[in-house]
Amino acid sequence: MIAPPLKVQNLTMRYHQAQPVLKSVSFEIPQGHTVAIIGPNGAGKSTLLKGVMGLAPLVSGQVSMFGHPLEKNRLSVAYVPQRDESDWDFPIQVMDVVLMGRQGHLRFWQRPSASDRTLAEEALNQLGMLDYKDRQISQLSGGQQQRVFLARALVQQAELYLMDEPFAGVDMKTEKAIIDLFGRLKQANKTIVCVHHDLNTVADYFDWVVLVNRGVIASGPVNAVMTPEKIQQAFGGGFSMMPSTSAKEVKHG
Amino acid sequence: MMSDIWILATACLVASSCALVGVFLVLRRQSLLGDAISHSVLLGIVLSYLMMDGRSEIAMMVGAVIMGLLTAWLAEWLQKHPLLKSDVSIGMIFTSFFALGVVLISVYAGQIDLDQECVLYGEIAFVPFDTVIWGGESMGPRAFWLALVVFLVNVSVIAVVFERYRLMAFHPVLAVALGVSVPMWHTLLMAQVSLTTVASFDAVGAILVVALLVIPASSAYLVATSLKTMLVWALGYAQLSVLLGYGLAVWLDSAIAASIAVMAGVLLLATILFQQLIQKQSQKASLASEAH
Repeated sequence: MIAPPLKVQNLTMRYHQAQPVLKSVSFEIPQGHTVAIIGPNGAGKSTLLKGVMGLAPLVSGQVSMFGHPLEKNRLSVAYVPQRDESDWDFPIQVMDVVLMGRQGHLRFWQRPSASDRTLAEEALNQLGMLDYKDRQISQLSGGQQQRVFLARALVQQAELYLMDEPFAGVDMKTEKAIIDLFGRLKQANKTIVCVHHDLNTVADYFDWVVLVNRGVIASGPVNAVMTPEKIQQAFGGGFSMMPSTSAKEVKHG
Repeated sequence: MMSDIWILATACLVASSCALVGVFLVLRRQSLLGDAISHSVLLGIVLSYLMMDGRSEIAMMVGAVIMGLLTAWLAEWLQKHPLLKSDVSIGMIFTSFFALGVVLISVYAGQIDLDQECVLYGEIAFVPFDTVIWGGESMGPRAFWLALVVFLVNVSVIAVVFERYRLMAFHPVLAVALGVSVPMWHTLLMAQVSLTTVASFDAVGAILVVALLVIPASSAYLVATSLKTMLVWALGYAQLSVLLGYGLAVWLDSAIAASIAVMAGVLLLATILFQQLIQKQSQKASLASEAH
C-alpha cells in the first residue's frame, strides 16, 4: 500500500477569534486524481489549503504527504496561491517568475541553469504563454497571470499540486489551458487539489470532491459527494445547483 | 578642492548603499521599518561609545546591527498583539529607542564625542577633517572608508543572494511554500539596513538617511521593468541626487545633506510628472488614430 499524496488528520485551525475556522478535519486523497475542495464562502477552504502547506498555524492535527510531513518533501508539493495575493506591479518578467519554481532545487548562491530555462520555456509553451516570456507581469491579463503561475508550479516538477482557486476570474482560453494541463498531469499520475467555487463545473473538471464547511461534510468520488442532500448540508437551505446562465456569462466576460 | 572630492565620493557611496537596500525595502513595502531602524541605530552607536569608552568603528557597527535587528524583531513581536497595528508598534519602538539615545548623549556629553545636531542632520562638510592615519600618512576621511566598506558589503550580499531576495520580495508566501527560510533572509536584509545606516550617520544623519533609503528606490520603481534594472536605476537616481544636491548646496551656500535629499525628492516628482505627460501623449495619439 503506497502512502496517499495527502492525508489530513484531526486538523483544527483558528485565527484571532475564539471560534475555530476549521475543526477536526480529516480526509485522505488518493493518487492521480483531480480533487476539488468546495464549500460556501467562509467555510475555510483557502485556510485549509494554507494549513496543509504550513502557511497558516495549526492548533492541532497532522498533515502528511506521501507518508511524510511536508518538510520532508516540499519539492514534491507545488502550491499555487490565489492570484490576488500577489503583487502584479512588481518589476519582474514572466520568465523570471516561472524560474522561481526552480528555487527550491537551487542553493541560495546558484542561478538557474540552461536546463532550468529549457524547463521553464516548455512549461510556458504548454500554457500558451511562451510568446510572453519577456513581458513584465503587470502587462498581462488576469488569465495570463494565472497561466504564468501555473507554469511556475509546473517547473517545480512536483507530484502533488495544491491550487487556490485557479479558475477564479479567468478567461475562456485560460480555463481551457488549465483543463488541458489537468489532463496531462493526471495522465502522468500526478495529484491535483484545488479550492474551487463554481459548483456547476465541479463534475467537468474534477473526479474527486472534498466538501467542507468548517469541517469535512463529505469526501470521495464526485458522484458520491455531489448529491443534493450533501450539498444542502454544506451550503444550507435554499441553495440552487443551477444559477442562471447570465450569471455564468458575466463571470467569463 | 581635495576636500570637495572626498565629500562627493563619500556622499555617492552612502547614497548608493542606501539606494540598493532601499530597493528591497520599497518592494517589500517596509519603508517604515527602514525609518525605524535608521533611528534605533543611534542607540546602538551611543551604547557602543559608552562600552568602548570612545569611538571604535567595529563596535559601532556591531552595536548598530544589534539595535537594528532588535527593532525589527520587536516590531514583528508587537504586531502579533491583536490590538496593535503594525505602524503603531513600529512607531512606538523606534521613537523610544531614538529618544533614549538622545538622552544618553546629553547625559554623557563629556564621554561621547557626538553632537545632537550632527546626529540628527549629519554634517558631511566636516567629513574630510576626520581622517585615517596609516604609516604617518593621511589615507583620506574615515567616513569615506566606512562608506566604501559598507557599499562593497551591500553589493556582494545582494549579488550572492539575489534570487532569494527577489523571491522573498515578490511573494513571501510562495517563498515559504518553496521551503525558503524567509526569516533568515529578512534578518540579513535588516542587518544590511542597519550597517548602511551607520555608514551614513556621519554624512547625512538619522533623519535624512530615510530619504536616501526610500526616494531613489521609489523613483526607480516607477521606471524599472525588472529587479536588476530597478537596482541600476536606483543607483543612477542616487548619484544624480548627490551631484545636483551638492551643486544646490554650493549655489545657495546651504546644508549639503539636506540639499541632496531635496534633489532626490525633486527627481522623484519630475519622474512622476514626466510619466503622466507621456501617458497623456499616448492617450491623445490613440484617440487620434481611432478617429481616423
